[in-house]
Amino acid sequence: MTVLDHRTEPDVAVLRRPARARAAWLLVAVGVLLVVMLASVAIGSRAVSWSEVWAALGGAQDTLGEAAVSKRIPRTLLAVLVGAALALAGAVMQGVTRNPLADPGILGVNMGASLAVVIGIAYFQMTSPTSFIWVAIAGSAASAVFVYAVGSLGRGGATPLKLALAGAASSAAFASLVSGVVLGRNDIAGGVTSWQIGGVGGATYEKLGYMVPFLAVGFVICVLSARGLNSLALGDELAAGLGQNVAVTRAVAAFGAVVLCGASTAIAGPIAFVGLVVPHACRMLFGADHRWVLPMSAVIGAALLTAGDVVGRVIARPQEIDVGIITAFLGAPVFIYIVRRQKVREL
Amino acid sequence: MTPPQSRTHSLEVVDLQLGYGDREVIESLDLVIPPGRMTAIVGPNACGKSTLLRSMSRLLAPKRGQVLLDGEQVHRLPAKEVARTLGLLPQSPIAPEGITVADLVGRGRHPHQSIFSRWSKDDDIAVAAALQATETVDLADRPVDELSGGQRQRVWIAMSLAQQTDLLLLDEPTTFLDVSHQVEVLDLLTDLNRVRGTTVVMVLHDLNMAARYADHLIALSDGRLHAAGPPDQVLTVDMIRTVFGLESRVIVDPTSGQPLMLPMGRHHRNDSSTDRPADVASSERWAPSPSTRGEDDRRGH
Amino acid sequence: MEVLEAVTDDRIDRRVDAIAESVARSRARRSVRRRVVIALLGVSVIVVFAITLMVGNTFYSPSEVVRVILGHEVDGATFTVGRLRLPRGVLAVAAGACFGFGGVTFQTMLRNPLASPDIIGITSGAGAAAAFAIVMLSLSETQVSIFAIAAGLGVALLVYTLSFKDGVAGTRLILIGIGIAAMLNSVTAYVLSQAAEWDLQQATRWLAGSLNGSTWSDTVPVLVAMTVLVPVLLIQARNLTMTQLGDDTAGALGVRVERTRIIAIVAAVGLIAFATAACGPIAFVAFLSGPIAARIVGTTGSLLIPSALVGALLVQVADLCGQFAFDTRYPVGVITGVLGAPYLIYLIVRTNRAGGSL
Repeated sequence: MTVLDHRTEPDVAVLRRPARARAAWLLVAVGVLLVVMLASVAIGSRAVSWSEVWAALGGAQDTLGEAAVSKRIPRTLLAVLVGAALALAGAVMQGVTRNPLADPGILGVNMGASLAVVIGIAYFQMTSPTSFIWVAIAGSAASAVFVYAVGSLGRGGATPLKLALAGAASSAAFASLVSGVVLGRNDIAGGVTSWQIGGVGGATYEKLGYMVPFLAVGFVICVLSARGLNSLALGDELAAGLGQNVAVTRAVAAFGAVVLCGASTAIAGPIAFVGLVVPHACRMLFGADHRWVLPMSAVIGAALLTAGDVVGRVIARPQEIDVGIITAFLGAPVFIYIVRRQKVREL
Repeated sequence: MTPPQSRTHSLEVVDLQLGYGDREVIESLDLVIPPGRMTAIVGPNACGKSTLLRSMSRLLAPKRGQVLLDGEQVHRLPAKEVARTLGLLPQSPIAPEGITVADLVGRGRHPHQSIFSRWSKDDDIAVAAALQATETVDLADRPVDELSGGQRQRVWIAMSLAQQTDLLLLDEPTTFLDVSHQVEVLDLLTDLNRVRGTTVVMVLHDLNMAARYADHLIALSDGRLHAAGPPDQVLTVDMIRTVFGLESRVIVDPTSGQPLMLPMGRHHRNDSSTDRPADVASSERWAPSPSTRGEDDRRGH
Repeated sequence: MEVLEAVTDDRIDRRVDAIAESVARSRARRSVRRRVVIALLGVSVIVVFAITLMVGNTFYSPSEVVRVILGHEVDGATFTVGRLRLPRGVLAVAAGACFGFGGVTFQTMLRNPLASPDIIGITSGAGAAAAFAIVMLSLSETQVSIFAIAAGLGVALLVYTLSFKDGVAGTRLILIGIGIAAMLNSVTAYVLSQAAEWDLQQATRWLAGSLNGSTWSDTVPVLVAMTVLVPVLLIQARNLTMTQLGDDTAGALGVRVERTRIIAIVAAVGLIAFATAACGPIAFVAFLSGPIAARIVGTTGSLLIPSALVGALLVQVADLCGQFAFDTRYPVGVITGVLGAPYLIYLIVRTNRAGGSL
């Protein structure tokens, strides 16, 4: 069966058909996100009526119920933004490293951000949220570069195992440096524990305002690099052969991801596994085309984190469980599933 | 060609079924490994060659059937006892970081030692003999990490030799080696077979090397035995077509008198069909002796 | 003398004898080095132990210390040395040795220096359980220990089971351990976030690993565990060394790999969990002991004993530094953490660059 004997045009319709299905899925996902957001403002430790929810969404804060709902609005927005940012960052990292286990949490990027912020607080008297964001971005960038560089040394480049090990070990090292800094400074110990666990409970419009410009930049960079990531997926040599500047594509996309991670970690603390789970689910549903995977990841990531936050508010009433814990419990099994599915030689 | 030693052990496989989990790799297999001979197992990728070797050396328990070493079920024998009779060199053994050649070869003495026994003079002699046989004496104090691929493979074989088994199983001992090192390794195994009478069983990818060095060829296909016997009976156009799905010509190797397989891709078939008499004629011009027939579609038993 | 029969040529026989002699010589050289290093490590552990008994806010002379140990009544020293310094010093040695044994067992077995219990979730499991027991259940010290040990073994079992698929591949086990560790760490973080002020301080210190306030009731369980588990581990030492060659090669050399692995895991986890329950997960000791021991001993023979000695020495020295080197008293785990982190990073870099066995 010689391949070249087929001179007929390939059936283009076959290639287009999935696009319609994908668009439909995207609409479904957006619908789900809206429902989850509504649930997030409606559900909480205080039971409120629907009329109060509507009134509060319209800006009223007259009753206690309306006041409670209006407090949930920034929290919901933060969950949506952080979820979208982390999922998008995860998808981009997996594309950049061609590594199914890449995730800002696993690769130690979030811990790097935490370490940077803790050092800033302890030794440079940092107090403003904007400075936290800048320092966190610098910390994530440094640790991302470091972990990737370490993980790709030696034979076989950045294999999933080497990258995950480099990430986990660096995380452990950063964490012990964090506790080294904190335990020596009783004055800051209380404020710093929030850097160990991620949550969206402390959301205010003010914090959102600090974060949004950074996220916007990150979102734009990441979405624009979708096409480049598609080429990278074929391997460096092939991508270069297709006219892609591999190094630049990789650096730009990674920068976008790092900005997203740093900004989210600075405001919400380290939240792991969203960036791992969501892109995987998206690839299963929509194939490997980053032009679809990236926006889908953002939408589904937002829905997932918001839903996780709702669950965390509900299951341990009257206490709240931070969403970072919920995602760890959701994400670790998925991580293990992915590991088990890989062939040993590919790890 | 007859081995000088008669200390040979028998190894056979009866109605063997092997697999991992639900996946079946070998459906049903009966085999007798001729003692004191060189046997090569050939077959396409994923036909169960390595799995078979692992099971024959007790590493993988059969789902059904048995592996018999001197008539006893190998999976019922103690691990160390088996390891004193039968050695296996896996496809990608791992050298611990920084270990020296002599130390690595010394690890082959494990089945001859117990928890409390100390390193003995016998162990030293076995290691020395293994180094000597593989011509790795000069490397003895070098770290294995620093060696070239060919040297490293010889060191691994030296480790198996230090194990002093009468049966030696090797999983693709020549992969990743260039052609001169392949020949070197196979020559070494042949020495071992001829001088010590060691029964050698090896999985080989290169059909021509297999035909040249083995006394006995086993062709596996899809978890079943396709053919077994002397190379000139097993390596046939028909076998290569059925087992590998490849058209070929088989001529007589002028240097060894064994069959030599020439693969034919789509571009080299020309207008000739593979079983044209002219092909036989042309191959017979190469034949050193009329007794070996080059292209003959006799299937093995 | 099977070999001599097998080789037919007399000329070769004589040559083999000569080679055997030179092989024996270089092996003897290496084993002398090994013995010297082990002896030096042992002496250092004893010397530092003696120092920890003598030095502190009050200095006591060696003769006073010896009299206390022999059971004589010495003013002040009986309490300070007998009740405070002695249990602390013994626990430092015992816990360090446990971490050393446990760490190097995993590293050897999984053929990867990074595959220590700190990374693959065992320590996280014991830590999470202990934090939970302290903060949520307000259990007593003994109960906390039992909780931590059960959790450590449970996590080891879980990681092992989850990585079982046509046998256990080291790489898969490490990655799954990392996943489980992430989950458990978030439990710990949650538990700590729920803690009251006083509990929080205790729990944080405990999590960092601390020998402060060690008593005999902390120390004795560790010693008992060691007398049972260390021999078990040492019997497996040779098999364990063999598994470095890969499961198939080791199996073909007569090692029952799965059995060795299960015994070694249970013994190592037991040691780690008992030590963790007594003084918290002292950061990176399990991680660092093996590679440091390999550096100084070389690759001949088993690393179990040298690693245990290195572990003990690390904990002793770090505890001395933590107590006396700074204005504030740091728990020993912070010292090993801060010292260990750069070495750990260096280790990753070096392992990856060498290609390792990954």
